[in-house]
Amino acid sequence: MSRQSLAKAHQKIQELSWEPQYHEPYMKYGTDYTFRKAAKKDPLKQVLRSYFPMQEEKDHRVYGASDGAIRGNMFRQVQERWLEWQKLFLSIIPLPEVSAARSMPMLFHVVPNPELHNGQAIQMIDEVRHSTIQQNLKRLYMNNYIDPAGFNNSLRNFHSDYCGTIGRQFAEGFITGDAITAASIYLTIVAETAFTNTLFVAMPAEAAANGDYLLPTVFHSVQSDESRHISNGYATLLMALSDEDNRQLLERDLRYAWWNNHRVVDAAIGTFIEYGTKDRRKDRESYAEMWRRWIYDDYYRSYLVPLEKYGLVIPHDLIEESWRQIWEEGYVHEVAQFFATGWLANYWRIDGMTDTDFEWFEYKYPGWYDKYGAWWENYNRLAVPNGHNPIVFEDVDYVYPARCWTCMVPCLVRKDMVTAEVDGVHKTYCHEVCRWTDVEAFRGTYQGRETPNMGRLVGHREWETLYHGWNWADLVSDMGMVRDDGKTMTAQPHLDLNPKKMWTLDHLRRCPPCGSPNVLFNEMDDAGRAAFIDDYRRQGPAGRPAPPTA
Amino acid sequence: MTTTQEQPVRSVPTVSFTDAEAGAKVFPDSGASARRYNYFTPAKRKQTHYEDVTVEVQPDPRHYLAQGWLYGFANGEAGYPLTWTTLKAWGVDKPEPQRGPGSGGLPKDFEWPAHGWHEFRDPNEEWEFTLYRYNANVVRQLNQNIENAREAKAFEQWSPNWVRFVERHIGAWMHIDHILGLYVFAACNRSAPTNMHNTAIAVNSMHKIRSAQDLALYNLTLSEEIEDFDGRAHLDAWNNDGEWQGVREVVEALTAIDDDWGESMFATNVVFEPLLGELFRSHMVQQFAAANGDFVTPTIVGATEYDYSQRDLRWTQACFGPLTADKEFAAHNVTIMQGWLSRWVPRCLEAARTMEPLWSLPDMKPRTFEHALDRARNRFAGIVTELGLELSQEPDT
Repeated sequence: MSRQSLAKAHQKIQELSWEPQYHEPYMKYGTDYTFRKAAKKDPLKQVLRSYFPMQEEKDHRVYGASDGAIRGNMFRQVQERWLEWQKLFLSIIPLPEVSAARSMPMLFHVVPNPELHNGQAIQMIDEVRHSTIQQNLKRLYMNNYIDPAGFNNSLRNFHSDYCGTIGRQFAEGFITGDAITAASIYLTIVAETAFTNTLFVAMPAEAAANGDYLLPTVFHSVQSDESRHISNGYATLLMALSDEDNRQLLERDLRYAWWNNHRVVDAAIGTFIEYGTKDRRKDRESYAEMWRRWIYDDYYRSYLVPLEKYGLVIPHDLIEESWRQIWEEGYVHEVAQFFATGWLANYWRIDGMTDTDFEWFEYKYPGWYDKYGAWWENYNRLAVPNGHNPIVFEDVDYVYPARCWTCMVPCLVRKDMVTAEVDGVHKTYCHEVCRWTDVEAFRGTYQGRETPNMGRLVGHREWETLYHGWNWADLVSDMGMVRDDGKTMTAQPHLDLNPKKMWTLDHLRRCPPCGSPNVLFNEMDDAGRAAFIDDYRRQGPAGRPAPPTA
Repeated sequence: MTTTQEQPVRSVPTVSFTDAEAGAKVFPDSGASARRYNYFTPAKRKQTHYEDVTVEVQPDPRHYLAQGWLYGFANGEAGYPLTWTTLKAWGVDKPEPQRGPGSGGLPKDFEWPAHGWHEFRDPNEEWEFTLYRYNANVVRQLNQNIENAREAKAFEQWSPNWVRFVERHIGAWMHIDHILGLYVFAACNRSAPTNMHNTAIAVNSMHKIRSAQDLALYNLTLSEEIEDFDGRAHLDAWNNDGEWQGVREVVEALTAIDDDWGESMFATNVVFEPLLGELFRSHMVQQFAAANGDFVTPTIVGATEYDYSQRDLRWTQACFGPLTADKEFAAHNVTIMQGWLSRWVPRCLEAARTMEPLWSLPDMKPRTFEHALDRARNRFAGIVTELGLELSQEPDT
């Protein structure tokens, strides 16, 4: 680059700022936020003339390392238990990334700060990078890993499967509804500033411990772009805080975005890190410990709390509640157990837990074995087909849960389940905050204030509804989760690739039909529903049936 | 006497041989034929790397999106509505699959693709690897050219008149590229129905944003290298010179197109760029600079020209060409695009005429404005007829 200093170059680029003289741009996206007061500087002075070579150099290193991994026979030492979970993770993550690119113009329309648009435009380019580099990583796995099933039908699986749908809100939440709620608060303030630490830093560390150094190569490179995005988010937030009228909306959106990210990201990443690993050294961090470090200390205490002095109402109660869910209620363990219960509806192989794993879990989470041990022992016992049905149909002291309408994760901490009747439909929610999100936050008015730009939660949010009454063999075929012999399932509840030990559609055909908890819940009368809810809340932990009432 | 300190036991994960390599075992889906993304039909016999990283990343309820979109705007729209352009591709008028209790997920009699929009492929096959390599090469080339010019004291060869021209008018063009990059192309990357379209639009945006910054930083260099170069004169030209108000009005009008990404892309890449972009870049700057002692500016502007003529025009042609021959909506699309031509061509030609005085400003004038405009119009005519559209017979259209 010429000898111009970066500061001079950035100052020069500000001369590009555009004040329309003849036509105002068409404002496709709206917000209920107002930006009457603040004008903030683009805090990161990013000039494209240095950006492109810098990113190209990062790519050289990523693809060089990828070549090295293949030539160094990485796959001879990668843990299958780990890599199978990447079939889920990598099926989801390219869409959130590219959705973040799509969301940037929403901010151009509503944030009246041309300097910030420069940073947002670079974020758009970064996010296209992330999406395609992750889709490429998945391709490498598919080509070089022992079992390509689940990678080869990846995006079809992601679009049709309930786990994919849960993950998809982490993409759609960026691009729809109120532009600031979606593209600023949900995406940059919460998802990128807080939860990408666990996604792109903690998880890759786990990958390396399981013999996979391709994932850290890609994701640490991705994370190196995030500092720009965090900076974009911070600058936009400070602008929003300057208008006192925005504080009520900020409080709403921070509560919604925080809770939704916790429900979705903690569920998935916590499972990958704790149940996808074979590294059971006592001194490696549990997900709870990582969360405490990255989310609680780093994000909440160092980033969020100092913003209180600018008038931001911080959801302290929800931060503490999220921690309580993870530590006291075993949220991640409940989720992992549910994933494994429903192995047959998914597209990867889920390895059982062994005594070594039990010992680690008990060390990190005292009381774990009493809650979950027996169930995982049953999971192992029922792993290989031997005349029995998949575990979900067997008597293992597990009640199949209802689903949360809002976050679509099942209502796993049973005592927290709440319900509401909305537009004539009875819905179940995993927690009061999810109910509040649907019934109060995503509406056209909020606490008496008109919010005409706020989005809506739509869609067929309970997956089981679509397959209510279906034979499981037909269900799995409809989703396309069958291997190339036309009968062996993509998913398996173990890692043994001996065809004789693999579940097939024939095994599923004899199972009871799929039942939708929500369809059944809506078919009940009021008394039935009340009894159901009472029983439900007395269930658990680990999905245990409610004790008989006296 | 020194004592040896004992090293603490290092805690590292153990490496174990798992043999989880492709080919290690034989089982259903272990063969080579299973190692391809199988959820889409490639455009040609063999699927490309570009397709693998791009196709179907953006879901479609007419494909596998069983539970539908999950978030809606307040007006009820969700996802990437097909109605965000008036253009149509075959299959779009079929109703969306209805899902509900017991319906299953996959549409009945499903075939990929469900509608013609999914047939589009960017002929440049751009993904992150290619776009960083390309743009990094461009900025390296420009940096080297400018550095060589500085070393050779090339700017001292410029006549005062040419210095004025560059500071005002090459500078003014940076605003056009900036507006197009951010407020036309980037704005539309949220709108189109497939990931293939939206990524091509985002890449087009990157070219424009980079080009605007290239011109801005070139302007900065010239401020440092040429004693009386006014680095802010471009602002005065852009805001006040009569020669720029016509093209400024058109470029701002492009940002104001009412909710139709198809019109935005068509009006910009099919009409604006050949009639105004290439008029200025290829038929003014590239022709005049060398004659006026400037061998550097053509390399800067030439990079932008290459972006458009060799890359952005190519994706545009691949997008709009098939629509005029669409097996269901050809006539519909032709009518719409002819309407866009009627709306934007006269406007661009009128703006072109307001630029005419620029051709008289430099000392050496190798080409007249009329000659330049003729070349631009011929080029435009070729683009339009290749798309399967017709030019109006009226003068100045």
